[in-house]
Amino acid sequence: MAYDKLSCKEILEKLSEYIDEELDPSMCDEIDEHMGDCPPCVAFMNTLKKTVKLYNTSGDEVEIPSPVRTKLHDFLRRRCTDEKE
Amino acid sequence: MSSENRAEENELIGRAKKGEFEAFEELVSRTEGKIYNHLLRLVNNPSDAEELLQETYLSAYKNIASFKGNSTFSTWIYRIATNHAFMLFRKRKPELPLDELPLPTHEELKRREIRDWDFDPADAAQSGEVREILTEAIKELPENYRAVVLLRDIEGLSTAETADALGINEGAVKTRLHRARIFLREILSSHFAPEELEAMEGK
Repeated sequence: MAYDKLSCKEILEKLSEYIDEELDPSMCDEIDEHMGDCPPCVAFMNTLKKTVKLYNTSGDEVEIPSPVRTKLHDFLRRRCTDEKE
Repeated sequence: MSSENRAEENELIGRAKKGEFEAFEELVSRTEGKIYNHLLRLVNNPSDAEELLQETYLSAYKNIASFKGNSTFSTWIYRIATNHAFMLFRKRKPELPLDELPLPTHEELKRREIRDWDFDPADAAQSGEVREILTEAIKELPENYRAVVLLRDIEGLSTAETADALGINEGAVKTRLHRARIFLREILSSHFAPEELEAMEGK
């Protein structure tokens, strides 16, 4: 039992690396084995995966507002030309 | 980035290093959109983002000689932009908290009767209401964690690139990313599965 508890803690710490496929295969096997018999961990992992997926797919860019862009380029042209002098 | 684009970028960097402003300006035009978005999400304020954007590129111009080409130009600019944002955070809130976001325990997961969310995230992310929830949740994160999650999960940088952009090691990126995601999951679950919290509060 003590081993199981330690294993659960480790699994919770490794879930992001598991989701990102950054873990070595033996660790993945151990997590898969645990998931086969632990509904709360499966639900936690699935909702964590969905959290990541939501952010992955929600990140469309706001176009840089035209006045911001113009001011940036004017600022740089002025300051960078000063640098040269 | 394709090798062709990389070669073109290197050529622009070479010319910018020789002081050719037009080449530098082209590099600015190629990266300003994503850097503006990054800053806006990081500082949550359009006028701060605008000012930081200017400081970022001015600093890049002044220091272009020190750009070694070990990373892409955009990763280098992410680093400068993030540094400037953190300087602003420190100025406003001198003692930046070293927050340690907690991880839940296994016992807690069992007690809270965690259940899967009943929707497809790719579809849900199209909803304006869901996007608003996602944006608000990000704002709740301590800055150190927010920067990691923005770069990794929203802007799509690799662990190595994020480490490079933040000047921290890959282990720290992974730890912060994991804790940030769990923090976000908790906020989202209060919207998507409120019964989880009720179970936790013993209702």
